[in-house]
Amino acid sequence: MTRLLIRGGRVLDPAVDMDQLADVLLEDGVIRAVETGIEVRGAEVLDAAGCWVAPGFIDLHTHLREPGQEYKEDIASGGRAAVAGGFSAVACMANTDPVNDDPSVTDFILDRARQDSPARVHPVAAATKGLKGVVMTEMSALRDVGAVAFSDDGKTIMDTGVMRNVLEYSRLVNVPVIVHAEDRTLVGDGVVNEGPVSTRLGLPGNPAAAEDIHVARDLTLARLTGARLHVAHVSSAGAVLLIRRAREDGIQVTAEVTPHHLTLTDEATLGYDTNTKMAPPLRSRADVEACRAALAEGVIDAIATDHAPHAVHEKEVEFNEAPPGILGLETAFPVVLDLVRLGELEPLELMRRMSTAGARILGVSGGCLAVGQPGDVVVLDPEGRWTYDPAKGYSKSRNSPWAGQELTGRVIATVVGGNTVYHSDRGVLVG
Amino acid sequence: MIGRDLLGIEDLERSDIERILETAERMQEIGERQVKKVPTLRGRTIVNLFFEPSTRTRASFEIAGKRLSADVVNFSPGASSLSKAESILDTALTLDAMDPDVVIVRHKVAGVPKRLADSLRAPVVNAGDGAHEHPTQALLDMLTVKQEKGRIDGLTVTIIGDIAHSRVARSNIYGFSKMGAEVRVVGPPPMLPADVESLGVKAYISLREALEGADVVMALRIQLERVQGALFPSIREYAATFGLDRAKLRYAKDDAIVMHPGPVNRGVELSHDLADHRPSVILDQVRNGVALRMAVLYLIAGLAPGEESAP
Repeated sequence: MTRLLIRGGRVLDPAVDMDQLADVLLEDGVIRAVETGIEVRGAEVLDAAGCWVAPGFIDLHTHLREPGQEYKEDIASGGRAAVAGGFSAVACMANTDPVNDDPSVTDFILDRARQDSPARVHPVAAATKGLKGVVMTEMSALRDVGAVAFSDDGKTIMDTGVMRNVLEYSRLVNVPVIVHAEDRTLVGDGVVNEGPVSTRLGLPGNPAAAEDIHVARDLTLARLTGARLHVAHVSSAGAVLLIRRAREDGIQVTAEVTPHHLTLTDEATLGYDTNTKMAPPLRSRADVEACRAALAEGVIDAIATDHAPHAVHEKEVEFNEAPPGILGLETAFPVVLDLVRLGELEPLELMRRMSTAGARILGVSGGCLAVGQPGDVVVLDPEGRWTYDPAKGYSKSRNSPWAGQELTGRVIATVVGGNTVYHSDRGVLVG
Repeated sequence: MIGRDLLGIEDLERSDIERILETAERMQEIGERQVKKVPTLRGRTIVNLFFEPSTRTRASFEIAGKRLSADVVNFSPGASSLSKAESILDTALTLDAMDPDVVIVRHKVAGVPKRLADSLRAPVVNAGDGAHEHPTQALLDMLTVKQEKGRIDGLTVTIIGDIAHSRVARSNIYGFSKMGAEVRVVGPPPMLPADVESLGVKAYISLREALEGADVVMALRIQLERVQGALFPSIREYAATFGLDRAKLRYAKDDAIVMHPGPVNRGVELSHDLADHRPSVILDQVRNGVALRMAVLYLIAGLAPGEESAP
């Protein structure tokens, strides 16, 4: 019988609105007790004094690149980066090579994850074959092998008729359809947010209207079909407004926002650093403020990283040719802790958006510390300072706008299924 | 300015611009000599790194370098990192290993000179990057105006055309504004960039209003292929609405001058007649380009720190 006692931390369990000093006992992979003054013999003890103890983070949006682009990341390295960032589970997008549009690929990913990843991995399957936006995938078969959602992500389905059918059909399997909402015809060759910054940079602009229009379309289709829509990486004030209204109208919609869209504006791109290029692009101050307010209000349910590893040689090119996306797993917690520091979000509410919300949206385990639940726990030091060096991180890639910065907020330990898989003193512990 | 990059006018102070213009005026005399050469940059290596084809700007820099006795080397790698499978960093490191004294960069994508400057030891001069900046063009335009009008402060400068895709427009907007002129831009609305007034200009869609009281009228080259991008319906309609001829020029001040960065699409941006005759000063711009670029090269590479000798 293995026992782990996490002692003396501030326990934050959003699932039951718990915020108090307590001990957490894990036994045989599950949570056995959450109370004060637990005394047990023979347990490994993790001293959490001064720390937060919360359900392990759950990331709705990552790119683990395996199969096919293992030079950027693979399930082993991505899984390590996840637990180093406090994530006990991650959902991975379907834009692998081959695309995850077939049960054999989903099966391969899950198999690899069981062997190589210290974090739980939940595959998101493609919504259409080959991400081509034409023929829908075999959603029942994919769900049966373990797909938790469907998405063509960055290959946004532009054909409204196809999108309608995808949403209709998804009701059969009752899992969310995740959309990267941008009208590609309006994005054109835009690579930075359209506005004063794109004008100064002389780079083609991508207007927030491209996102707003697509969010409006998909919300309208969600109303028409009654399907579960999840809007990925909301970045514009207009999209926030549309989602708020849709929720008031009772449409089944959930939404996520990334750490970068919560904390960086398009001004970060002024030096042409391709590690500030993402899709959707970093937006204006007003957009960032709207996203932060929506997260606090609960109009946006969850924080998701959109962890998108790219190799150095792919990013060290002209701005318009660099692939969009940045690393997110290892820096998410200190970056979003900004909202707590500025008083916009209580610690308990931040944990809800990092963990509980993701579990609920994907219908997966975790996101709570209830007795009998899987022992997925994260221990966090909100005051811990450290300097992020991607070269020393667990991801294979280095594309981060936070490289070299001193960050406040540290993951002390990540526990998955009762096993400590990451500890800040010892690194990732697998085996 | 010794050892400094010249990436854009946005980064310059008014005093920097004044110093460059004054130095350029002294350089003009060299171009009038029988032997058009001084030894100022002897032993210095200047690399002309042109990723995008250019005849005029490259020749102008080359002549400027040669008049100062520098060794000028022309490099024309492929157009993009992807097409030649070489990252910007690799290009920079390779060049850096050859110890150039100045690297002059032209690229079709905004920001490449900046990225090269971040990793090169040698100072970088931007010879035009995408729709971002073309600082030496703006400086030679300012030199031309200063010599025509005797001043820049207090003038009204109207720039006509595809502002959104123009590096010449951006550099001139920054430059003339810093020197105290009022800058106006005008063109078909899809050719005005988002929030253009955040650059400190007044934006117009009526050519007549934009020209009212202008001392300097600058027409930009229209890239004819943008018609296919549907930024404007046809060449004919553009020429009729925004093309400058003597009739439309009457809206400007009587002594207004006409400029164009070249090459002119005759009958589109400018009528034939205007392209060739006063008050257009297009060939003065070209002539001034050499002196201006001599000044820039001299100020950046001509003196070792602490050295104080005039050419």
